[in-house]
Amino acid sequence: MSDIVLSLQKLHKRFGALQATHDVSLELQQGEIHALIGPNGAGKSTLIGQIAGNIRPDEGRVFLADTEITGMNIAQRARLGLGRSFQVSSLAEPLSVMRNVMMGVQALQSHSFRFWKPVARDRHLLEPAFEALERMQLSHRAWTPVSELSHGERRQVEVACALALKPRALLLDEPMAGLGPEGSAKLTELLEALKLEVPILLIEHDMEAVFRLADRISVLVSGSVIAHGDSQAIRQDPRVREAYLGDSDA
Amino acid sequence: MSVTLLIEQLLNGVQLGTMLFLMASGLTLVFGVMGLINLAHGSFYMVGAYATAAVTASTGSFLIGLGAGMAAAAMVGALVELLVIRRLYHRPHLDQVLATFALILIFSEGTRWIFGSSPLRLSPPSWLTGFVTLPGDTRYPIYRLMLIGVGIVISIALYFLISKTRLGMRIRAGESDREMIGALGVNISKLYTVVFALGAGLAGLAGALVGALQSVQVGMGEPVLILAFVVIVIGGIGSIKGALLGALLVGVVDTLGRVYLPIFFRAFMPPSEATGVGAALAAMLIYILMAVILAFKPKGLFSAHD
Amino acid sequence: MTNNTSLTNGAPQAATAHTALAPKTDSHFDRKGLVQMALLGLLLLVPVAAYLLGHIYYVNLASRMTIIAMAAVGLNLAIGYGGMVSFGHAAYFGLGGYVAGISAYHAFDYSPFMTWPLSIPGSDSLLVVWLVAALLCALLALMIGAISLRTTGVYFIMITLAFAQMIYYFANSWPTYGGEDGLPIYIRNTLPLVDSSHSLTYFLICFTGLVLAMAITSRLMKSRFGAALTMARLNDVRLATAGISPYPIRLVAFVISAAITGLAGALYADLNGFVSPNMLSWHFSGELMVIVILGGVGRLYGPLAGAVLFVMMETLLGGITQYWQLFLGLVLLGVVLFAKHGVMGWLAGRERNE
Repeated sequence: MSDIVLSLQKLHKRFGALQATHDVSLELQQGEIHALIGPNGAGKSTLIGQIAGNIRPDEGRVFLADTEITGMNIAQRARLGLGRSFQVSSLAEPLSVMRNVMMGVQALQSHSFRFWKPVARDRHLLEPAFEALERMQLSHRAWTPVSELSHGERRQVEVACALALKPRALLLDEPMAGLGPEGSAKLTELLEALKLEVPILLIEHDMEAVFRLADRISVLVSGSVIAHGDSQAIRQDPRVREAYLGDSDA
Repeated sequence: MSVTLLIEQLLNGVQLGTMLFLMASGLTLVFGVMGLINLAHGSFYMVGAYATAAVTASTGSFLIGLGAGMAAAAMVGALVELLVIRRLYHRPHLDQVLATFALILIFSEGTRWIFGSSPLRLSPPSWLTGFVTLPGDTRYPIYRLMLIGVGIVISIALYFLISKTRLGMRIRAGESDREMIGALGVNISKLYTVVFALGAGLAGLAGALVGALQSVQVGMGEPVLILAFVVIVIGGIGSIKGALLGALLVGVVDTLGRVYLPIFFRAFMPPSEATGVGAALAAMLIYILMAVILAFKPKGLFSAHD
Repeated sequence: MTNNTSLTNGAPQAATAHTALAPKTDSHFDRKGLVQMALLGLLLLVPVAAYLLGHIYYVNLASRMTIIAMAAVGLNLAIGYGGMVSFGHAAYFGLGGYVAGISAYHAFDYSPFMTWPLSIPGSDSLLVVWLVAALLCALLALMIGAISLRTTGVYFIMITLAFAQMIYYFANSWPTYGGEDGLPIYIRNTLPLVDSSHSLTYFLICFTGLVLAMAITSRLMKSRFGAALTMARLNDVRLATAGISPYPIRLVAFVISAAITGLAGALYADLNGFVSPNMLSWHFSGELMVIVILGGVGRLYGPLAGAVLFVMMETLLGGITQYWQLFLGLVLLGVVLFAKHGVMGWLAGRERNE
């Protein structure tokens, strides 16, 4: 068993004339936060899609620990331990926080073709979901409908949903998007605590958060990884300054 | 199996196909541009037929009747769009289905109230009755041949309308980007009314033309509506090209199936049973065709929308 | 590193868990509970009273109401709870009806239904009819659903409609069982111990069926399966991301929904002593949808309220004018355009989502 939890090997994806992903290889190791940054249109969404399973790469392979997941669908990948959050909140608004977080627990325990026992009193579902919420400091909101949560709280619920899967790797797609400085600081703190247990592949625009959190940073420009290293190296890399920081919207 | 029969049935299939296209083009345009599923499209078919029958009976001219029928269907279409349909554009499909289902009930019962339950008489004018002899000694009714001709003319006209005119440009823009054409200053609600009325007019024309061949009665639009649904599902919802191809495919497969399947089963079954099995299977044939196409292409042959 | 995250202790403290693990629950005696009990109680008591007063017509009318409500309960599981707008549930209603009809037909003249590859006789037992109806409808729904659920939105609506039409035309042109003329059931199928041909007894059978269907739906929606189905309706990407594929969940719900509607169809055929392609027609699919919406979509008692309203309108307006469907159309248009939550929404207040 190696230390590498998630690895992308030579991914290629083309949409018509657009080369959205060009020969991307990345690794996520135990205990780290690996940030993926890049200007708008760099192909981050396409790359996330290929990791999460809603886009099939033309070439290349994706591994979760030692298992190849390239041909698997979203649900299969999730059950194997790939948790993800979305750039735009994807929670079921009318349902309570608990009901959202519970789905992941349910998926892990067995198939969902159980028709009799009510979930509302099922400790096997509720306790692990509650635990995931506690780790995001949201247990007091368990029975609140998502629609009544603040934007920041929704972000935390997204991560809690992913945690409910007892993930081996977390894929967080711009978790700080739309958060004020305060919310951003809080989430940064929570993620920092989290990384010891679950390594995180972090896609983020908030540079302050990235430089504070990331152990390693990869820079994606026009579908290719142009630079790779710790935050010090990335800050000083002239190619990054030219391609990215120069025309960044941050 | 004679060649004459085959040619005749092929022509019948194409004729059914062209009439289906008149129905399906309106449906698919309305869906493509406005994102609306409209069950009441069959009612415009019926309105066209009734108006044509009534005007033909009072003026004695089939052509005037035909024009009146098409105009009446278009006008009713515009009215329905203004009163009801435009409230539905941003509603879920379920609401659209129910509201247009309600329109069907209103139109059908209203028509029954006004015209009674017995079918109206509408026959083609004398100069369109009779037969022509086609190569291969096939005698074929002039009227049906004319229907094919009308279908071809309308298809070409629609093609030009959509690819060459300003209205067509806006329709295509509306299909790809609804917000955009609004932002460009096109009067979007007027455009919607025009597209809806155009579709209704074409449906009314089809109803009038077919009504003269079969009969003009309440509920006549419903079987055609469902066939038109099959057509646009096969062709890809929103695609005019798909509607044309789907219509011809459905028309020909359905017609040939009804003729040849019983003959086919007679080869190894007692005749009475063969007729039953053949007819039952023929009735299911286009739906099986649809299922097979969807199994491979869930969005139809020429999907214009996701 | 912060101290106030609970990362250090693996499990939540028991005390906090106890208080927060229990969600709020509904009382049976709030407005909603009372309306529901009144509805069900009236449906049971009115026919009993009518029977005692000798009005058999009203007993049969109540049976009809009950059966249609049960068919709508089935459809509500697909549309209301599963978000699958099926426009073809008449196929299952009709298939259930034809199972009752065909079974009785062969039992009546002792002819076999089929002899090859295995010999299947007819049967006049309601239990056999119900079992076969439910199984066949489930099987048909499995095939139709497997293809239709690959698509969404308008495609799904049109495809379910088209498949139902396929069954309709098949029944119409298949001469053995009456074709478009339909098939009479000369003697109502029977149950052990009770006399199913007795009007009140048959009503009670139907009523039991309806209550069971509603109880199953209710239980189902509270289970893990129901939780997954709800998430599939609200946000299928969320469900997949949580590790559960939406497609099989939807498919199973669609199959259960069809089986319930099919059972109602079998009851309906035996009530009327007649089954015809009309039970398969798309008009009926539409009416079932109308009933679900009139009552309140995705509410347990919605189909019942809708069916009561629909059959009452049909009976009352139909007694005044033969064009009653014109008024049904106007009412429906009004409900869709202006009153989105149906009768139950109006009587019992908005549904809480939990």
